[in-house]
Amino acid sequence: MSVESQDLNLCANDKRGKHQLGAGAGLVGWDEVTQGIVLTSFDGDASDIAHKKAEERNYSEFNSYTASVASWRVQKPVFNRDICIDCQNCWVWCPDTSIISRDKQMLGIDYDHCKGCEVCVEVCPTNPKSLLMFNEHADLDESLAAWPEKKKKEKK
Amino acid sequence: MAITSIKNLKEFSTNNDRFEGAHTLCPGCAHSMIVRELMNCTDDNLVIASNTGCLEVSTAVYPFTSWDTSWIHIGFENAATAVTAAQVMHKVRKKKGNLKDNDAPVKFVAFGGDGSTFDIGFQWLSGAMERQHDFTYICLDNENYANTGGQRSSATPVGATTSTSVAGTHSYGKKEKKKDIVAIMAAHGSPYVAQLAPNKWKSMAKGFQKALETEGPCFINTVSPCCTEWKFDPKDTVGLADLATDSLMFPIYEIVNGHELNILYRPKNPIPVEEYMAAQGRYKHLFKPEYRHIIDQVQADVDKTWEMLQRREEARI
Ligand SMILES: Cc1ncc(C[n+]2csc(CCOP(=O)(O)OP(=O)(O)O)c2C)c(N)n1
Ligand code: SF4
Ligand code: SF4
Ligand code: SF4
Ligand SMILES: [Mg+2]
Repeated sequence: MSVESQDLNLCANDKRGKHQLGAGAGLVGWDEVTQGIVLTSFDGDASDIAHKKAEERNYSEFNSYTASVASWRVQKPVFNRDICIDCQNCWVWCPDTSIISRDKQMLGIDYDHCKGCEVCVEVCPTNPKSLLMFNEHADLDESLAAWPEKKKKEKK
Repeated sequence: MAITSIKNLKEFSTNNDRFEGAHTLCPGCAHSMIVRELMNCTDDNLVIASNTGCLEVSTAVYPFTSWDTSWIHIGFENAATAVTAAQVMHKVRKKKGNLKDNDAPVKFVAFGGDGSTFDIGFQWLSGAMERQHDFTYICLDNENYANTGGQRSSATPVGATTSTSVAGTHSYGKKEKKKDIVAIMAAHGSPYVAQLAPNKWKSMAKGFQKALETEGPCFINTVSPCCTEWKFDPKDTVGLADLATDSLMFPIYEIVNGHELNILYRPKNPIPVEEYMAAQGRYKHLFKPEYRHIIDQVQADVDKTWEMLQRREEARI
């Protein structure tokens, strides 16, 4: 099975996942802010966001897009492009907006925001699955090389 | 109104998410699946308010926000009030022509958990519905007060153990039946109410679009399987929603203008509620022989509700 190495920063805005949660963006403490605080999700023009992809948006420091929850994971999903049929099941059900799809194609996983819940693996319909869980520290190419073969249907 | 294409998942996936990652909802939480669906089914501007609960607390962890739209962080009970006030302000300013972009379409949405919707925010929701504001209220129904440690709410079903309806030697868990919130909201004269589930993504997106398009107060109850309090593996969230809709514990239907009831999903062979219950730790105790009659009672209630829904669908009354 030929497998291309994956670009982990695919479609990533350069602000993605810079901050640790809790560390904040070097701002005043929650007990020092004025009541009725407004946090802006974008710097500058925020109109027409629905028609801008993540990589085209001017995220502010307050946007959780700039934070990372990668440390929550024990296991990570690995994506195998060779088997994927671009059904977008993983995209619609990922609770953490971590499936990167562009122009109807599944491209990969946003490892700054993925929490490793395994929902995407569960809903992937291919045989073998195009997404599988591996240890967080597993090498991506080695994981892909260890991909299982197609499973025969069990007789009922 | 610019609704987006939901013809198939491929087209749906071309939308640019306006709900960002690095919120702190549990891994596998269905709340965010439902919120993402809502935000991807339109490209209009959105003004959203959230009642306090898991969604609100987890998407506004200072100094971060996960919302790429206007979003108001308000009290436990009054998202409906806050968002309808914003809606009125928008209407008046639009009339005066003093908005930054007077023609930009805007939709007003409130999210609440079942605790805030069925119980503590009930009168605020009822008031906003009665005043006939143009907004959509979406309840994320995980059948308990999840954010404060899983207390029972009036959405908790019979037999479930919660931290305030604890199952033990003298109790089988919650004794009182779940409130029929959809019927109560329809009785407010709402032009569109529905119960939807995230595993049925298309009927959910369709229902959301209908609610957003319909002028007046619309209400949608959504099933939100909660791995933490229902006690199942996070990877099974979508599967749990499948069991919920296939067992008819959560029938999927809409009521248009108070009388036109349409069933949106009819399982070919409904599975016993027992199977749905067996997949969750909160019902574990019911599988002791002495509590068998509780499972049977829940099954009988589910059958009765299904019969009622089908008859109402036929009768169009
Ligand atoms: C008036 C008031 N009472 C109680 C609370 C404490 N409180 C915060 S979140 C919450 C539970 C929310 O439950 P629910 O609405 O079902 O949402 P979930 O967390 O389950 O999504 C409670 C009781 C509060 N914030 N305000
Ligand atoms: S493991 Fe969970 S969070 Fe990560 S990509 Fe899959 S569904 Fe999304
Ligand atoms: S669910 Fe599987 S087959 Fe479908 S798009 Fe995702 S990875 Fe590809
Ligand atoms: S407790 Fe339940 S509803 Fe709350 S974040 Fe966790 S899974 Fe979601
Ligand atoms: Mg709840």
